[in-house]
Amino acid sequence: MGKYIAKRIAYMIPVILGVTLLVFFIMHLAPGNPAQIILGENATAEQIATLEHEMGLDQPLLVQYVRYLGDLLHGDLGTSYSSGSSVTTEIMARFPYTIKLTLVAAIMSLVLALPLGIIAAVKQNTWVDNVSMIVALIGVSMPIFWLALMLIMLFSVKLGWLPVYGADSWKSIILPAISLGFMNMASISRTTRSSMVETLRQDYIRTAYAKGLSKTTIIMRHAFRNGMLPTITVIGLEIGQMLGGSVLTETVFAWPGVGRLMILAINARDTPLVMGCILLMTVCFSVVNLVVDLLYGVVDPRVRTMYR
Amino acid sequence: MENKQTEYALDIQDLAVEFRTHDRTVYAVNGLNLQIKQGQTLGLVGETGAGKTTTGLAILNLIQTPPGVITRGSIFLQGKDVLKMTTNALQQVRGKTASMIFQDPMTSLNPVLTVEMQIAEVIENHEHLGRKSAIEKAGEMLELVGISKERGKAYPHQFSGGMKQRVVIAMALACDPELLIADEPTTALDVTIQAQVLDLMKKLREKNNTSMLMITHDLGIVAEVCDCVSVVYAGKVVEHGTLEDVFDHTLHPYTKGLFNSLPNMNDRGAKLKPIKGLMPDPSNLPAGCAFADRCDYATARCFQSPPALVHRTPEHCVACHLYNEQNIQEGGVLHDV
Amino acid sequence: MKSSEPKTSSASDFSAAQKTSQLKETFRRLCQNKAALVGLIFLIVLVLLAIFADVLFNYQATCVKQNIAERLQWPSVQHWFGTDEFGRDLLARVVHGSRVSLSISFIAVAFGLFVGGILGAVAGFFGGAADNVIMRVCDVFLAVPMMLMAIVIVAALGSSITNLVIALAISSVPTFARIVRSAVLTVRDMEYVEAAKAIGVKTGGTIFHYILPNCMGPIIVQTTLRIAATISNTAALSFLGLGVVAPRPEWGALLSGGRNFIRDSGYLACIPGICIMLTILALNLLGDGLRDALDPRLK
Repeated sequence: MGKYIAKRIAYMIPVILGVTLLVFFIMHLAPGNPAQIILGENATAEQIATLEHEMGLDQPLLVQYVRYLGDLLHGDLGTSYSSGSSVTTEIMARFPYTIKLTLVAAIMSLVLALPLGIIAAVKQNTWVDNVSMIVALIGVSMPIFWLALMLIMLFSVKLGWLPVYGADSWKSIILPAISLGFMNMASISRTTRSSMVETLRQDYIRTAYAKGLSKTTIIMRHAFRNGMLPTITVIGLEIGQMLGGSVLTETVFAWPGVGRLMILAINARDTPLVMGCILLMTVCFSVVNLVVDLLYGVVDPRVRTMYR
Repeated sequence: MENKQTEYALDIQDLAVEFRTHDRTVYAVNGLNLQIKQGQTLGLVGETGAGKTTTGLAILNLIQTPPGVITRGSIFLQGKDVLKMTTNALQQVRGKTASMIFQDPMTSLNPVLTVEMQIAEVIENHEHLGRKSAIEKAGEMLELVGISKERGKAYPHQFSGGMKQRVVIAMALACDPELLIADEPTTALDVTIQAQVLDLMKKLREKNNTSMLMITHDLGIVAEVCDCVSVVYAGKVVEHGTLEDVFDHTLHPYTKGLFNSLPNMNDRGAKLKPIKGLMPDPSNLPAGCAFADRCDYATARCFQSPPALVHRTPEHCVACHLYNEQNIQEGGVLHDV
Repeated sequence: MKSSEPKTSSASDFSAAQKTSQLKETFRRLCQNKAALVGLIFLIVLVLLAIFADVLFNYQATCVKQNIAERLQWPSVQHWFGTDEFGRDLLARVVHGSRVSLSISFIAVAFGLFVGGILGAVAGFFGGAADNVIMRVCDVFLAVPMMLMAIVIVAALGSSITNLVIALAISSVPTFARIVRSAVLTVRDMEYVEAAKAIGVKTGGTIFHYILPNCMGPIIVQTTLRIAATISNTAALSFLGLGVVAPRPEWGALLSGGRNFIRDSGYLACIPGICIMLTILALNLLGDGLRDALDPRLK
């Protein structure tokens, strides 16, 4: 198991290096001159050239990239063009907010989605199943930002119960978390249902019935763990979705997280800051996927054997 | 143990099972009768699709609804009708009064639970032992089927097919059932392993005086293990008798056909005579004898009305229009055609 | 059905000659699924609306020309969906917007499918170094959440419709490459493919006549679901101001425009969102239906 983890982590490194390379070159396709952006409209050509030289922008792209990587190894993500402070500081100030939002949304969606999916599978083709799956289907079809606006319209504008934006009180997180988590809730409960339906059809479930076990025991002990396997995979993917979705949610609710920072950075053409945000989210996503893979091994002994 | 012993461990009367899907209804079992005396082993023989497994599942009331529906009949297990039981009573019966060995050991064990856990939960469930003593007894059961106790911590995927079937047997026998239903227990196994598993089952059955329903298509297994034989065709018993009756005084053309399709070791030059044609579509059964289409002896009558049972001895009986009360005593109606 | 019967294998091995009958069978099964049928009909109507948008609503007169006298009117008999802050009919803008939203998504997915399909087929069929290189590059792309990848590409290229299509197409290439590769891998070692190779069918012939037709199932399903995701992402990028920009009507842009008026004219944000949702819903219904219809195990 330890060896497997080591192998997986070792594999993450080239992938993340690849991401830095990819994003670095994509970002440098962007039109516009960073020195010009920093100095503003009125800068002279001379001033621009001096700054370009200071920043190393006059060197070939590959050299710039290698320098970027070198700094990265020291934990230095560069300096933000727009604020002039270190990218690491900027991002780390925002990161806890994103973690908080994503966690609340993820926990909320899991707590709702798993029972919903299991009940729908057990009560297959009854009205309970139909209603919850219709809700789930609508959920996966709803654009995050639209849901966010509708929630604001209802709970903030009409009813005045919850704040429209900001992150000042515990109340502020409710609407962003719902709009971020709802789609994932819907999609996880759909997966849970279909994998539980599949599992409940298996021969070993029949064996369990033949042993005289009660339905509850069979569902919880025999079906649940087997039915969880596809769900775990989807949960991993959904967290990636949430990281992407946080850009939208955070923008709508002016939630001071990394997603919103990234959009601000893009609008300000602040390349180092954009790269920092992307890298952070990518690392998060990779770590989540690693955890998901390991969870797979915890649940399924067949996978555990493969790890050795 | 039951205090008032009935004559039959299992008594199935006029059982009919259908599978209904939106575009058709499959008549899997059509008025099947079957009895097993206490302590005896009955072989239920027939082709794939004849309704053998469905019958086995019906005994534990395990047929999935939908699509399966038991439309009529009764199944008395130690004198009590399982089709009229409450869910609770059924849970008491399953695994305790009667238990089942399934055909495919590869899929009938849960991949994410250790084998000792899977055996222990039957014991825990029926003998009201704690987890620890149940696991201990599960270990004993494993030893009994020839697997060392230590292997109990392993998962099914770490076992070979034969070992898995031993585990399934240990699971089925863990609570000393009065009736053991074995659904083609050796079909999925290698030939060498088959003999071992059969031996084991014979030994354990004798030790506990368990009654047994052996579902199989293999006449060799029947000859080796069973006391009585019921031959099923299209969801009905077409011939029933003791092992001797059926093997030495074969009455039904279908039974005869089954024997003819076995290779003859004494005359390897002899041609195999497989039964021609296929079983009728179970969603569209003929009005007369279901076997008439494939039967060399069929007459016009066979296509019109289903045959009734005719007895040769109190035990041995056949459902075929070739026989009546007179000629059945003489035997020898079936000539090679 | 009966438990004693062996399970049907998941990949049925029909020859290329039986392709049409399989398509028919799939279509027949799809038609039995009412939800999928509703989805399909909705999509057909929507596509027709998008194609004939000009016949229904003159673009210049209804979508561009401002009419301040009728600004911010709630839905009524004259303006079914109400009017926006410049007095333009929202229904006309939504219908013209469907044109933009749908064509962006269709083109982007088609492009992604084409490139991803070729890469996946090459990786799956040849294996070895080609497979390794292609799949490792895909790993890199897939390590970044898709939405972020699209945002970065648009941000770098600048916001325009062409760049939006490029961004969405690129971000869907790796998913398609993976799916096609695994479909090809499943089919590649089937006996009928071996048989085709054994009787001397050329590599290209093998891929086109034997492998691709038999792995269409998952690809069709994924394409449907992918279009749904892309419509959502298109709208999201426009909403963030990175895609289609006003005054051109696009659903996400319309929604974004309505944002400032949620206090008194909520319909402006609500209606385009419902259009997006219904379209995605229809695609999801169709995708689910296709998956069930193509799955030989479900009867």
